[in-house]
Order: sequence, then C-alpha cells, then structure tokens
Amino acid sequence: MSALAVYAPLLPELILALGAMALLMLGVFRPEAQEEAGRIMWLAVAVLLASGFAVLQGAGKQQLFDGAFVIDSFGRFMKIVVLVAAAGALVLSFDEMSERKALKFEYPVLVLLAATGMMMMVSANNLISLYLGLELQSLALYVVAAIRRDSTRSSEAGLKYFVLGALSSGMLLYGASLLYGFAGATSFEAIAAAARSPGAGQDLLLVFGLVFLLVGIAFKISAVPFHMWTPDVYEGAPTPVTAFFASAPKVAAMALFIRIVISMFAGVQPQWQQIVVFLAIASMLLGAFAAIRQTNIKRLMAYSSIANMGYALVGLAAGTVEGVQGVLLYMAIYVVMTLGAFAVILAMRRDGTAIEDISELAGLSKTNLPMAFAMAMFMFSLAGIPPLAGFFAKLYVFMAAIKAELYTLAVIGVLASVVGAYYYLRIVKLMFFDEAGQPFEPTLPKERAVQWVAMVLVIAFVLPIISAPLVEAAAAAARTLF
Amino acid sequence: MFPTTFETWWDYALWLALTVGASLLLLVSLLVIIAFLLLMDRKVWAAVQMRRGPNVVGPFGLLQSFADLLKFVLKEPVIPAGADKGVFLLAPLVTSVLALAAWAVIPVGSGIVISDLNVGILYLFAISSLGVYGIIMGGWASNSKYPFLGSLRSAAQMVSYEVSIGFVIITVLLLVGSLNMSAIVMSQKTGIGTAIGLPNSFLDWNWLVLFPMFVVFFISALAETNRPPFDLPEAESELVAGFMVEYSSTPYLLFMLGEYVAIVTMCALTTIMFLGGWLPPVDIWLLNWIPGPIWFLLKVTFVFFMFAMVKAMVPRYRYDQLMRLGWKVFLPLSLAMVVAVAAILHFGGLAP
Amino acid sequence: MALTALFFYLFAGVTVMSGLLVIVARNPVHAVLWLILAFFNAAGLFVLLGAEFLAMILVVVYVGAVAVLFLFVVMMLDVDFASLRAGFIRHASIGAFVGLVLLVELIMVVGFRVVGKASDVVAGAAKAPASTGPVLTNTEALGRLLYTQYVYFFQAAGLILLVAMIGAIVLTLRHKEGIRRQSIAAQNARTPAAAIEVVKLAPGQVIVPSGERRG
Repeated sequence: MSALAVYAPLLPELILALGAMALLMLGVFRPEAQEEAGRIMWLAVAVLLASGFAVLQGAGKQQLFDGAFVIDSFGRFMKIVVLVAAAGALVLSFDEMSERKALKFEYPVLVLLAATGMMMMVSANNLISLYLGLELQSLALYVVAAIRRDSTRSSEAGLKYFVLGALSSGMLLYGASLLYGFAGATSFEAIAAAARSPGAGQDLLLVFGLVFLLVGIAFKISAVPFHMWTPDVYEGAPTPVTAFFASAPKVAAMALFIRIVISMFAGVQPQWQQIVVFLAIASMLLGAFAAIRQTNIKRLMAYSSIANMGYALVGLAAGTVEGVQGVLLYMAIYVVMTLGAFAVILAMRRDGTAIEDISELAGLSKTNLPMAFAMAMFMFSLAGIPPLAGFFAKLYVFMAAIKAELYTLAVIGVLASVVGAYYYLRIVKLMFFDEAGQPFEPTLPKERAVQWVAMVLVIAFVLPIISAPLVEAAAAAARTLF
Repeated sequence: MFPTTFETWWDYALWLALTVGASLLLLVSLLVIIAFLLLMDRKVWAAVQMRRGPNVVGPFGLLQSFADLLKFVLKEPVIPAGADKGVFLLAPLVTSVLALAAWAVIPVGSGIVISDLNVGILYLFAISSLGVYGIIMGGWASNSKYPFLGSLRSAAQMVSYEVSIGFVIITVLLLVGSLNMSAIVMSQKTGIGTAIGLPNSFLDWNWLVLFPMFVVFFISALAETNRPPFDLPEAESELVAGFMVEYSSTPYLLFMLGEYVAIVTMCALTTIMFLGGWLPPVDIWLLNWIPGPIWFLLKVTFVFFMFAMVKAMVPRYRYDQLMRLGWKVFLPLSLAMVVAVAAILHFGGLAP
Repeated sequence: MALTALFFYLFAGVTVMSGLLVIVARNPVHAVLWLILAFFNAAGLFVLLGAEFLAMILVVVYVGAVAVLFLFVVMMLDVDFASLRAGFIRHASIGAFVGLVLLVELIMVVGFRVVGKASDVVAGAAKAPASTGPVLTNTEALGRLLYTQYVYFFQAAGLILLVAMIGAIVLTLRHKEGIRRQSIAAQNARTPAAAIEVVKLAPGQVIVPSGERRG
C-alpha cells in the first residue's frame, strides 16, 4: 500500500472520479424514481465536500507523473472555489428540478465528472493534461446543457455550445501543437524555459501558439470576442444548469489562464499582456453596454458574467503577485454573487413555470421583501458599490493594474463598471419603486438557504474576520506562481 | 523465412519471387482444401437430415465443388439496372480478397508462415473486422430493400460480436505475452498438462485453461462469420437471401468463397489460440513424427466439423436475441474474464 | 531504401488522393468509402514507420468500427447532398479565406523555421537518442509508457469516454411505457407446474381460464 501513497496528492480527483462512478452505478441499478435521483444528488454534494476536505489536507507543492500534474497553494485555492461553486450549484438545482419532476441521476454524476475535469485543469502542468482536463469538463457541460432534451431551447443550447466549444478546442489544439513544435516538449516547465531564451518573443511559432492557446481558453471564460455562445447558452439551458455554468467552469478556466500566462509564458510577458489587455477591455465594454438592452434576466446574467471576466482579466493583465491575488479574490467573490443571484432567479416562479422576464421583478419588495433585499444586495455587489464584497473584488484588481502602470486599462474598467451599474441598479429600482405585479410562489427552502448564505457573505466581507483569511489565502496562493 | 538483407536488385527479385511463390502455394492449397470442406459441410448437413448429399459428380460426389465452380463462372452475371455498378462489383472482391489476405500471418507449421508479423493476431483481427465492408457495400449497392436490410443486420451483428472476440483474444494474449501467432502456439507447449505430469499433451493447450473463453470464442466466431444459427443477414425466411439477393454468377461465387475462407480462417484462429496450432495432441514418437501442417489441418477440419454440426442442428436465432447474447451475456462475461485472468496472472506471479 | 520510398509515395499519394475524393465525391456513401481507403493507407504509412501496432489499431478501431458506423449512419440518413452543396457554395469564400489565412500562418511559422534552421533540424535528428537497453517491440514499448508515465492521461482519456457514453445515453435513451419486453430469465424459470393447470372437467361444465379470471 505504501506505493500508493505516492498518489496522495491526487486524492481529491480520485474521490470525485470514483464517487461519480459509484453514483452512476447506484443510479443505474436502483429503481428509476425522483426520490432516488434526489438522494444521488445529495450524495454528489457529499462527494464534492469530501473532495474539498481532501484538498485542504495537502500542503506544499507536489508534482506527479513527470510533472503532468501539479498541486500547490494556488491550485488548492482554485480547487476549493471550484468545488464550493459546484456544490452550491447542485444544491440550487435540487428544488427547481424536483418541482418539475425533472430530477435525473445523471445530472449530479455529470456535474461530478465536470468537476473532475475542472480540477484537472487547475492542476494541469502539461499541454496534454490541460487538453484532457478541458475536454472532460467541456464534454460533461455540453451534455448538461442539453439535459432537458424535450425542450427545444435546451437542446439548441447544448448543440450551440458543443459546436462552438469544439471549434475552440480545435484552436487550442492548434496552438498547443505549435507550442510543442516550438519547445519540443509538452510540459509547461520546458515551454517556459524555451520561452525565456533570448529572442523567443520574436519567434512566430511561439507567438502563434500563444495566441491560439489563449483564444481557446478565452472561449471557455467567454471573454469578448469569443463570447457569442454565452447569452444563448445561458438562456437556453435549464436555469440550475446555467447557475452551474456561470460559476465553476469560469473559475477553472480562469485558473488555467493564470497558470499558463504566469508560469508558462513568463518570458514573453509583453506578448501575452497585449492579448489579455485587449480581452479585458473588450469584455468589460461589451458586457456593460450589451446588457443594457436585455429583457431576459438570464441573458442579463450572461452579459454580466462576460463583463466580470473582463474585470478579472484586468488583474491578470498586471501580471504581478497583487494582480493574481486580485483575480483569485475576484473569482471567489464572483462565484458567491453569481450563485446568490441565480438563487433568486430560480425562485422566480409562478404557477410552476419559471419566469425569466426582468420586468416581472417589479415591486418584488412589496410581495417578498427578503428576496428583494437579497437580490438588491447581489446587484449592488455586482455593480461594485461599497461596502459590499463586489467592491473589494474590483478594488483589488484595479489597484493591481494601477500599480503595474496600466492606467488606461484601470480607467476604462472604472468607466465600464459605471455603465454596468446602470443596469444592475435598474433592477433594484424595479423591485423597490415600481408597481407590484402578481406575487411569485413562496421561495423553496434550499433556494432560500443559498440566497441567505450568499447575501451574508457578500455583506460581511467588509468585516476583516471574514475577508482577512480569504485575502491571506489568495496572497499565499498567488505567491506560489512567481 | 526469406532473405532479409537486400544488397542488389537481385535480392529484391529473389525475395519477391519467393514470397509470391509461397503465397500462391498457400492460396492454392487453401482453396483446394476449402473446396472439400464445402463438400464436407454439405455432407454433414445431409447426414444429420438423413439425406445423401451431393453424390453425383465424381466418386462420392467428391468433385461437386469443382462442378459448382464451373457453373458459377460460366453463367452470365446480372447487374440490376438501379445498382451502383462500381460498388456492386467491388463488394464481392473486397470480401474474398480480405478473407484471403488474413492467411498471410497464419502459421500452419513451425516457421511455415508467409509473414511472421510480431503483431500477427492484431492483423488478423483487423482483417476479419473488415469483412463486414463487403457485405455492407453489396447490400447498399444492390439498391433493393432486402439486401439493404440484410447488410444493416450484418453490420450491427459483426460489430457487436467483434467486441467479445476482441476480449477473448486479449485473455489469450495475457496468457501468452505476445501478439505473434507462432509464439501463441509455442506457449501452449506448457500448461496444465505439464503441471499434472503429462507434458506436451492436449491438456497443455489453452482450451482447458480458458474453457469459458473457448466457448465464447466459438459462438462469437459463428456470429462473426454469419454462420447458422446467426445467419440473419441472409435469413431466407425473412430476407430472401439477404445481401446476396441481387448477386449471380462470379460475383456470387466470390461472396461465397470469401465467406467460406473467413470461416476457415476462424477455424484456424481457434486452432491456434485454443487447440495448440500444429502441436501434436500426445507426446509419443509416432504422433510427433507426423508433420505440423497435417496436425494443423486435422484440427481445422475438426473445428469446421463442429461449425457444420451447429449449422445442421441449431435453429436460427431471432435478431433481438442475437443482440442480447452479444451485448448482455458475452461482453460482460468476457470483460470479467479479462479482469479475472489479469488478476490471477498478476497476483499469482504467473505473468509471462 | 528505394523500396521504402516507393511504398511511401504510394501510400501517401493514395491517402491524399482519397482524402480529396472524400470531399468531392457526390455520393456520401462513396465519400465514406474513400475515407476508409484513406485510413487504410495511413495505416500503411504507420507500418513503414515501424509502428505496426499503431497501424493495426488504426485499422481495427477506425476502419473496423468507426467507419462502419459512419457508413451505417450515412446509408440510413440518406443525406440530401444538393442542399448541403448550396450552403457549401455560399460559404465557400469565407471558408477558403479562413483556410488561406491559416495556411499563410503555417507557412510563415514553419517555413521560416525550416529555412532558417534547417541545420538545427538535421542536427536534432542526429541527436535523437539511439534506443538504449533491451530492444522492445513497439507494443511493449507503448504499454510500458502508457501504464507508467502516461497513466494519468490514459485514465483521463478513459473518463472522457465515460462522459461521452453517459451523454449519449442521457440524451437518447427513452423508457417507453407499455412495452412488453422479453424476460429471458423469467421464461427459463417457467416450469410446467407454474404454466399448466390440469383441470378435471365434468361433461357440460364450463371453465374460465385462469388468465382471464385475473383481468
């Protein structure tokens, strides 16, 4: 057994993968019933938490399989965020899906497998493990998007996501093969070493490889101009699935993005910085302006997530420890805000059908004050209004950008968040100052729990007792990459 | 078995001539043997049904197959007007050529093989998995519904049973530790028989150690070659003659030939993997003196006899039962066996 | 060796030719058949490289299984090629443009490199380590790498396939109600005692079969 102890760093992934397979067997051999699927969903949450616990047990930096798999504090931080996001999204799915009698045991299994893929992405230290992790995640997500197969919109969302996702995977592979041609090896260290050699920045092979690789990942975090799929998929996929899409995969892809540019392309910072700056500016501006005209709350959230990725990239563009720390914090806070907002969106239900029109929120404060208040907090936070968590998130990334002397970027970021604040605040205005429409159905317990937990976190972030450990952990995580 | 270093063009020419000669020798003897095996098939079938079988051409009807050959070749081939002519004529060629190509790696005696590939069994598996193309192409190109249905059935059937055949081959390979056909035979010199004090006997062969797999392989081989009771692609009661409906004359002959060559290939594969190839069954002087190819031929004939008996005695399966057997019985069984064999070899320290 | 070169050009030429025919063939079934030919010749190229295991696996997996399913689907679907072609012409210019851009990039990237560093390439080839240790067949060599150094990738690829399988089943399998399925186990477990009811019948007496009584 001692020989197996070598694989201890892999334990979280093993728990997830084996847990997924065990639950799959359970689901296949137990009778097909809604309660059974519900039980599997809870077990899946338990597996995610167990994996998170296993992540916390690790310490230091370890490598496995000739460096194909690496785990360090950065990876641990991101993995915890991913796992929490996936668990949160699963808990959120429960009420909506059981209301509709649409619980399928495959859904939690696929979420677990997608989470495995995300963990592999976070730990990837080799082009092959990068691609395999990414593909495992994406494939599970394609299926999950189309899981409500009798709904045309869900199938359409799945298909759209699949086709565009396959295209982006192709780009990524093209980039990866160019990089392999450049360095003659697939491990990040070897490529990093080759990229640090003098004159590497002028080597077209490296530059093209870099561009294509980043394009592939930019698609996954839906940064402009590779965002086209986001609104359609968010709108078409079942809302609990959208909540999942908006949280965990973004974190994993961002982790990959960070690891690639910081540790693999450290030698060619000017080259990737241009790309990241462009992606950040385009995402922030498009996210801010395109969201204004939306009437569907899920599409609005899609543009909001595009803009948020833009803000996160601002921190990455700095390319400093503070910048990366900012991105880590941003992603953690973003996940909480997004899950909270989706908990509210999921609770918008009348006569058993989901309501997605923004105008239906009118006068919510009169019919359901707690929910309206929670939504208002999320919107304020997303808009970046102090003293809520979203403000600090933006503060960290903009500060990092200013320290790195990227003044234009920071100014554009602030301007974009002012524009963005308009549509977030419009929702608050709708809820508190407009005529009340028909009330929604009462919020179900699990949705309410997520709303409240997220709300408390968003508000309490201002207290050092909540924020200090997180900031500290993010700082420690960021330092390991440099 | 031929020169492997080439220095002048003369070496190439010599090598080419030798290879072509050896191949021709093998193919001609194979075809002649198949002519008689075909007769045997019909005779066995007839005997089970208490008929005489072919008994007119030559003594005991021995020349019947050659008479059939002449008849097929001399008749006029009919090609349906709506057929895709190229594919229609290509299909029987593909079937027969692929079936014959498989024999390039089959060792009929110690060192008597055209090409002793080190991935021989994979080559054989690859070639036999291609047999389905002739049938699909033929069924589709005929542009008629019964052939089409027959070819669809056949495609599904062959792909299904290939999976379990693949797993059976893997169990054998685990035991042998090589993909070379000759090595597979030679590894059967020792085994259970040697362990209980009967070295070099038929108890050493794989059929005893892997008896369940031997049965699975035999049945899968029947399905893979579209033999009764799995001859659904040409089930005459449902599909007239399946994918062969529109074929006549020489193209039909080629289909027929390809099918029988494939059957004999499967018999040879069974012989090599489970029945000790060219090894004699008991270690006594007289039997050891008989050359390997004779033993090989005897064993192939024995397996073929079993094929013929199955054809004569077992009623045809229904299609869903066929699929059920393949996917729900053989696949799990052979998969479990792969795991079990690997585990025993690994933890028993027996791995080659 | 001259013979190797001859076979290389044969296989490579046929591969490229049939690849071209895959996209220009009017009939989708013919296209698939050309594709199969292309696979076959690719396998031939592998053999020339001394990678006979890969060659055989290529044939078994792609030609023996994947292409059969392709052919199956194409034959069943009866794709309307005329309408596809209309779209092809419409988008051909964009496609050609994208292809051209990629080609130019590739030439820029690789071309400069080859021209500029031809000597490096040759040196690199010479530097390739001669095989050390005992000579392995390439099956063994692959196995040793795959299950040691690359086991992580191998298992990850397995997980991806598992996801694909789950996905295919989730999105297509429907349990229809009211279908009477054959239960082989139940049939085999049936005994005369359970299936046959022996009834003594007096003249003129009428009985209702037990099956009908239930309904």
